[in-house]
Amino acid sequence: MTENLIDIRQLKKYYPVTGGVMRRHLADVKAVDGVDLAIRKGECLGLVGESGCGKTTLGKTILRLHGATSGRIYFAQKPERIEEIETGLASGDTRVRSKARSQLRGIDLASARGRTLLAMRPRIQIVFQDPTNSLDPRMLVKDIVGEPLVAQKLVKAADLPARVQELLSIVGLTRDHLMRYPHEFSGGQRQRIAIARALATNPEFVLMDEPTSALDVSVQAQILNLLKRLQHEFHLTYLFVTHHLLVVKYISNRIAVMYLGKICELGPTPEIFDRPLHPYTRALLSAIPVPDPESKQQKIILSGDVPNPIDPPAGCRFHPRCSYAKEICRTAEPPLERVAGTERTVACHRWREI
Amino acid sequence: MPQDTLATTQDLFTNFYTFEGVVRALNGVNIVVRHGETYGLVGESGCGKSVTVRSMMRIVQAPGKIDSGSIFVFLNPEDRLKAIEIVHRSEAYMESIRGCDISMIFQEPAAALNPVLSIGEQVAESYRFHLNDRMLEETLKALEGKRGHGLQRALFRRELAAIHRRDARLQRIDNELYPLDGRDDPEARSRKAQLSRMRDRTGGTDALVQVARRFPFLRLYRRRLERTVHGHVVELLRSLGIPNPENVAERYPHELSGGMQQRIVIAIALACHPTLLIADEPTSNLDVTIQAQIVDLIKQLKKTAISSVLFITHDLGLVAETCDRVTVMYAGDVCETAAVKELFKRPLHPYTKGLLNSVPKVEQAEELAMIPGAVPNLIAPPTGCRFHPRCPSRMPICVTEKPAVVEHTADHWVACHLYPKAAGSERSDPERSGPHD
Repeated sequence: MTENLIDIRQLKKYYPVTGGVMRRHLADVKAVDGVDLAIRKGECLGLVGESGCGKTTLGKTILRLHGATSGRIYFAQKPERIEEIETGLASGDTRVRSKARSQLRGIDLASARGRTLLAMRPRIQIVFQDPTNSLDPRMLVKDIVGEPLVAQKLVKAADLPARVQELLSIVGLTRDHLMRYPHEFSGGQRQRIAIARALATNPEFVLMDEPTSALDVSVQAQILNLLKRLQHEFHLTYLFVTHHLLVVKYISNRIAVMYLGKICELGPTPEIFDRPLHPYTRALLSAIPVPDPESKQQKIILSGDVPNPIDPPAGCRFHPRCSYAKEICRTAEPPLERVAGTERTVACHRWREI
Repeated sequence: MPQDTLATTQDLFTNFYTFEGVVRALNGVNIVVRHGETYGLVGESGCGKSVTVRSMMRIVQAPGKIDSGSIFVFLNPEDRLKAIEIVHRSEAYMESIRGCDISMIFQEPAAALNPVLSIGEQVAESYRFHLNDRMLEETLKALEGKRGHGLQRALFRRELAAIHRRDARLQRIDNELYPLDGRDDPEARSRKAQLSRMRDRTGGTDALVQVARRFPFLRLYRRRLERTVHGHVVELLRSLGIPNPENVAERYPHELSGGMQQRIVIAIALACHPTLLIADEPTSNLDVTIQAQIVDLIKQLKKTAISSVLFITHDLGLVAETCDRVTVMYAGDVCETAAVKELFKRPLHPYTKGLLNSVPKVEQAEELAMIPGAVPNLIAPPTGCRFHPRCPSRMPICVTEKPAVVEHTADHWVACHLYPKAAGSERSDPERSGPHD
């Protein structure tokens, strides 16, 4: 089994809802509600789900753009060490627990602060959804791409222009583009600049937060091919967040399906597309418009909307929209269980029957 | 003109006079929407698909302007060959068909709905504006056989009579106006202008009714009318599968989810049973499962309530699922028009081919093909064929000459120099000939 680059345990991110004159704490928006996820070294893990399911929040919490409410994020740690700490944290003995907690310091990304966090930053990078908003309109391209290098003091001032030029050529831009502003570029080119900026610090892990959803179809193909090439060249690990399932199928090795702050299915891409186990994954896959007028695919039309994450349904979170829901789904929350003989996991009470 | 044409544009040029220069958004667009079909308009952003339908609705916003070309609609139920040219029609006329005969669903439901009016009021607007006479008749019928309510009944009758008077007057003006359409002598032109002015000024209110509406207590008589309208609104919302319609009608747009908002926009568009429903990327901001709901709804409505749908999208998957015929547009040009199966099986235009290949498929094994370059800036569009800088099979002629739309095989039209004009097959019948022959 390949090594895990990122191991997420019981990660939670709640946004407080305040109200009244005193800004009283009323409730929590449970954007990410206890996620366990392992991202393997060198893979592209696709994270799919509808808007509001917490996929972007999960990604940004891994990057510590949002602080986590609770949970652990292990970045490039040995599995034995993670297991040791996890068993320590789960033990009933208070002394063992506090010892494990002290071991977390300097290892756990979710609680890292100050210098530890700063040292982590260059190793994890992000490409945002809309390049129009993620590039400073008042900075030249050379400054945008060079900024992470300067901020992290990774290159000498004399080497900076050469490195920036190298980065631009990696993403298919030329030195003519150096002295321009973002507004002078098309959407696809802007996204290339954002990718160059993300690659500047030689990261191991890049979070792709819907990098193609603001682009046109013909340009989207260019960017996807570029990302694929870069992953091979620089041995990158991607977490590819998107709602476009065909894009995910094209680029990722494994897929995690998220619904209302929880992972409901995880597995290798071809297997998920061939035989989705979770009813939500099924509905999601059947809802993809297939660019083939001859296809006679039966659509599963889900009724209703995604419930409010402030007050998620009890039991299985999908049960109000699920056509297979039974009594147990309304009361007990299904755990994420491994499907025997495969690398898949699914969180459903009834996946064996359906 | 073939029997089944519903709306057609001819050599439509729409330009935007911006600060940076003239954006040539449409470069002679010819499209034909037929009765009873779902017609798709596909292309990337900035290809002019939205501008085309906005021109057809005459809602191109400043600094945009329809510079030349004509748009014909065939809305007369008795005489389907009677064309109405709408580029030069008065604003009052456009108001009478917009949202009534031709209605539109907009891309962003949150922006299309008014945040300060309740859902019920917004849906009711269509009924009040276009179907006021029917609403009044129904209210009167409801009052029939009841004792009292004499004043109410009188006021409603007067209101109805005023509307009928107005309609008759408009009919008279139109009858005189239509024959003048084909003529272009100075006398006809001045008469036309005079008639259009008269048409615009024709109002539909009765003096007594106007007085009654001003007085606080007298105004209450309209409550009964409101009740009729409200009944229709709730009925309509229910028919669109909106749960608990009475409750939803009293809510405000921000209280609803994106999918629900889009349903409300669809409800507003459907209130008057339009002949043509224009859906401008109705699902582009919605999630896949909600998108499936909305598309399913539009498909069902196509079977039951509306005659034709013009579906604008950039998603080729949606086109394959919903449309009967498709037009592919690129940078203000029509590239190719064909039946959906034909287009996906035998794409002719290099852009269509590139577009089809650059979409990830369900069975995608090899590397994704891509179209090099980016969509051109339409302030200085490429000469000749606007696709030539990105075209893999570019020829010298493409740089200089704009290709004409030719019928390559039966009902498969393409604008590309790769497919030279066969004798007598130039796109003549539906588009080039005038509407009156």
